[in-house]
Amino acid sequence: MEEELRIGVFVCKCGSNIAGALDVEGLAEYASTLPDVVYAPWNLYTCADAGLDEIKKGIKEHNLNRVVVASCSPRTHEPLFRSVCEEAGMNPYLFEMVNIRDQCSWVHQDKSLAESSMAKARDLIRMGAAKAALLKPQEIIVSGVEVKALVIGGGIAGLTAAISLGNRGFPVILLEKEKELGGMLRSLYKLAPMDADASEVINAKIKEAEDHPNIEIYTGATIEKVEGFIGKFDVTFSANGTSKDVRLGVVIIATGAGNLVPEGMYGYDGEKVITQWELEERFKAGKVDANNVVIIQCVGARSPERQYCSRICCAIGIKNAILIKEMNPEAKVHILYRDLMMYGVENEDQLRKAKELGVRFVKYDPKQPPVVEENKVTVFHQLMGTELEIPQDMVVLSTPLVGTEDGVKVGNLFRAGLDKNKFFLEAHVKLRPLDCGTDGIFICGSAHYPKDVRESIMQALGAASRASIPLSQGEVKIEPIVTCLVDKDACRGCGLCVALCPYNALEITTTDEGRKVNVITVACKGCGVCAATCYRHALTINSFTDDQMEAQIHSFMAA
Amino acid sequence: MNKDILIIGGGIAGMQASLDLGDMGLQVHLIEKETCIGGKMAQLDKTFPTNDCAI
Repeated sequence: MEEELRIGVFVCKCGSNIAGALDVEGLAEYASTLPDVVYAPWNLYTCADAGLDEIKKGIKEHNLNRVVVASCSPRTHEPLFRSVCEEAGMNPYLFEMVNIRDQCSWVHQDKSLAESSMAKARDLIRMGAAKAALLKPQEIIVSGVEVKALVIGGGIAGLTAAISLGNRGFPVILLEKEKELGGMLRSLYKLAPMDADASEVINAKIKEAEDHPNIEIYTGATIEKVEGFIGKFDVTFSANGTSKDVRLGVVIIATGAGNLVPEGMYGYDGEKVITQWELEERFKAGKVDANNVVIIQCVGARSPERQYCSRICCAIGIKNAILIKEMNPEAKVHILYRDLMMYGVENEDQLRKAKELGVRFVKYDPKQPPVVEENKVTVFHQLMGTELEIPQDMVVLSTPLVGTEDGVKVGNLFRAGLDKNKFFLEAHVKLRPLDCGTDGIFICGSAHYPKDVRESIMQALGAASRASIPLSQGEVKIEPIVTCLVDKDACRGCGLCVALCPYNALEITTTDEGRKVNVITVACKGCGVCAATCYRHALTINSFTDDQMEAQIHSFMAA
Repeated sequence: MNKDILIIGGGIAGMQASLDLGDMGLQVHLIEKETCIGGKMAQLDKTFPTNDCAI
């Protein structure tokens, strides 16, 4: 026998976020009049301890078997509310969230329209309760994890991540597209701010990785094919003429970044006008003997075509100015900058040191950029309000790190998103900075955005740590809000859903009843594209079923 | 070796470290000098640049 429905609706004030525009107490009273709703209190903050206790108490005292919270976005708070329902003994998937903040109080703050805002909030709550009535319990899906990691990129970030995973006892495959490991650090001279020798740093890392019993290294490698999902990525790659298939549980992307070549900017010629990158190579070769050096910052960065700040160039420009001054105290070094971002403790010390050594700083306006001529640079000094003519026998351009085509290829293979600058996107810029949007894939180093060596190492250690969670557990737990084949008979195996699935979570298999779609539940993200596409209504998404959607629509129309 | 871990400080850094270690199956002891965990972030309204509610 169907159990009697007992819905609890908890309406949140969110301080003044909701209560500032809506009469929350009135909404709670309205909710209590809805069908099957037996309890409808309001809270100041439903997500605070007191509010959560109220949900637990409500479930117990009023025998609730469905809970609706009318508050903010499910993106941030649904997991919390679900876990509270579970603590109180309810199946967490019998919980429904209604967003009366982002979708109502925040966007309808006009007091003169308060009554229509209230009407919309009532609609949203009524629709939520109607859907909640039809929710079905769901169980968490558990899937096994192949205890082996793939690290893509053998620069400082990739090497650090591989060593960290190897030290935890996990087998690692490290792929590098070049013939040699080491990445960018192979070309650098000294690293700011501690003047560490780049070659020493990277050679020590390479040796540690090469000697590590848990790390298998392939150089000259290209990834050809990727299938699967967290716990079971099947990757085909070729290295040195042979192709190899491997199964891996997790993937760390450390493909790094490239250097912008400033063709056509400030008379760049790679001889007298060079990049910081080329200056580093000259330092290594002991070939820097200029007496009048002009360093120009923000070349090709923070501009309309490349709006981002490359972050590391201020520190690099100042570090190299100090190195020139230390080699040749008589040298005149000017740094032409737009803004100096010497954040943190050591960087600011470096800036002070550069000033003490006599490096001159000139602020220029991007609307009046410096002009490089044969033996001089002309620049309008923004702070002095006057034009300066600076003699030069070497101009060094600080160019940004840029995303690479190889990164784009890797991103496409693993369905990991990149931004318009070809840097990898994290799942959440603040709260999940090391995870990709696709589960089981992590990012570190300058593939993410320009980073110095210290930050790359920190992020690599973090990514290795995040990747260790599924590896150490040997299984992953997956949200059951996924697609499922509800009507096998209706499916004709047309494959339309397979072609559209962005996560490769569907496949056509031949069964005794003919061609049918098979859902790879672990890979499914519950986006709903397949269910919306299937003209036979064979597929549906748990907790977003046709009857639940229809109930919401009918409830909306019933106002 | 005893595998229990002590984390000192219950702000966003300490909590995230505790959660990740807990997810790895390890026993974590998180200590905080104030009467509740959350640290600075619990006092913020919205966090830049996504404007997520900090709490």
